[in-house]
Amino acid sequence: MSDPTFVRVKTMMPPGHIRTPAYLRGKTGWIERKLGPFGNPEQQAYGLPGDLLTLYRVRFTMAEVWGDQAERPQDTLDAEIYEHWLEPV
Amino acid sequence: MPHDHHDHLSPSSHPYRPDNDEPLSYWQTMEIAVRELLIEKGISTAAEINAQIDAMDARSPADGAQVVARAWTDPAFRDRLLANGSDACREMGFDIGALHLIAVENTAQIHNLIVCTLCSCYPRNLLGMSPDWYKSREYRSRAVKEPRKVLAEFGMTLPEDVQVRVHDSTADMRYVVIPARPDGTDGWSVDRLAGLVTRDSMIGTGRVKTP
Amino acid sequence: MTDFDGKRWHDMGGDTAGPVRPSEHDFALWEKRVDALMVLCSTKGLFTVDGLRRAIEDMGPDVFENTTYYDRWIASINQNLIEAGTYTLGELGAKMDAVAKRGATYGEAASE
Repeated sequence: MSDPTFVRVKTMMPPGHIRTPAYLRGKTGWIERKLGPFGNPEQQAYGLPGDLLTLYRVRFTMAEVWGDQAERPQDTLDAEIYEHWLEPV
Repeated sequence: MPHDHHDHLSPSSHPYRPDNDEPLSYWQTMEIAVRELLIEKGISTAAEINAQIDAMDARSPADGAQVVARAWTDPAFRDRLLANGSDACREMGFDIGALHLIAVENTAQIHNLIVCTLCSCYPRNLLGMSPDWYKSREYRSRAVKEPRKVLAEFGMTLPEDVQVRVHDSTADMRYVVIPARPDGTDGWSVDRLAGLVTRDSMIGTGRVKTP
Repeated sequence: MTDFDGKRWHDMGGDTAGPVRPSEHDFALWEKRVDALMVLCSTKGLFTVDGLRRAIEDMGPDVFENTTYYDRWIASINQNLIEAGTYTLGELGAKMDAVAKRGATYGEAASE
C-alpha cells in the first residue's frame, strides 16, 4: 500500500459558484481517490464550456478541520475537491 | 384525485401538502407558464413531462435496498459495488442515468454519514427524492461539524471506538451507505433482506431493521 | 464598508444551527413538475446543474428562509432559460398573466 499523498486546500476566496466549501479552505488532508475528469463547474455555471479537470476525494481528520471543537479528533471528513484548489504539502 | 382536508395524512402517512386547493402562488404561476412555454415552443411535450414524473415516482429507497441486500449476500458483487457504484447498480438493471455513485461500507469500526453542505446533492436516481431534513440548514450546517450530536438527534448513539466518516457530496459524485448486515439473518433471500434496509440507513442517519 | 469574507450564504458547512427537525412531505404535483422540468431541460442541454445552483446562490441569503425548495428551483430554471434565450421575459410575463387569470387555485390555473 502506497504512502498517502497530502494536499492542502487553497485559501483563496473568490466569489461565485465554487464547490470547495469555505470550512475546508487552508486545511490539509490526503487523497482518498482520484476521479474524473469532469467539467469545471466554475465555468459551466456561467454558460461556458468547462475545462476538464481531475477531481480528488480528499480525506481530512475532524481535528484538522475543527481543532479542539472536533467531537472525536480521529473521525474523518471526505470531500471532493477539484485539482486547481489543491496544492502539494 | 380526492382533495382531503389539510390535516389528513397521505397514503404514505406524511403530512399531505395540499396542491390543487391552495391559493396560487407566484412560483406556481411561473411553473405553469414555463411548462406551457416549453411545450408551445416544441422543446418538450406534456407526455414527456408526465413520463419523467412517473420515472421519478418509480424510484424509491427500495432500489437502494436491493443493492445493499445483494452486497450482503454476494461478496464479489460487494467488491464491484465498492469499486464502481454506478456500474454495479446498472448491472442489477437499475436505470440510474448519469448518476456517479460511490458506495461506502459500514463495519463494526466505521459508520458513514452523507451530507451535501453546499446544496442538497443526493443519489436520487437510486433512492428517489431526498427528505426535507436532508435539505435543511440544520443538517447541512451541523452534519460535517458535529455528526455524533446530529446522529443522537436521530436516535443513534455511536460508541467512542467507532469512527464516524462524514462524506460531503461537494462535486460530481453521489453517495450511498452500505449498512452492516444485522445478525439473525443467515440464509435469508435478497428480497427478505432488502425489507430490512431503510432509507435512513443508506444515508447514515438510521439503522437497518432487525429480524 | 460592509463586512464580507467571501463565504456565501449557501456554503453552510460548520455554521451554527439548531436541532435537525425530522420533516418530510409528499411532493405536490407542481413540485414534481418543477423537478421534471429541471431534469428534462438539463438533459436537453438548455442549462447545466451548475447553472441552476449558481442562480439559486445568487438569489441571496434571505431566499432560504423566505422560499421553499421548489420555489427556488423554478426561479432558477426560469433564470437559466431566460439566459439561454429559450423565451423572453415579455413572453413569460404575458403567459404568467394569462395563467393567473384562469383562477385562484393551482388546479384551476393549471388547466387550460
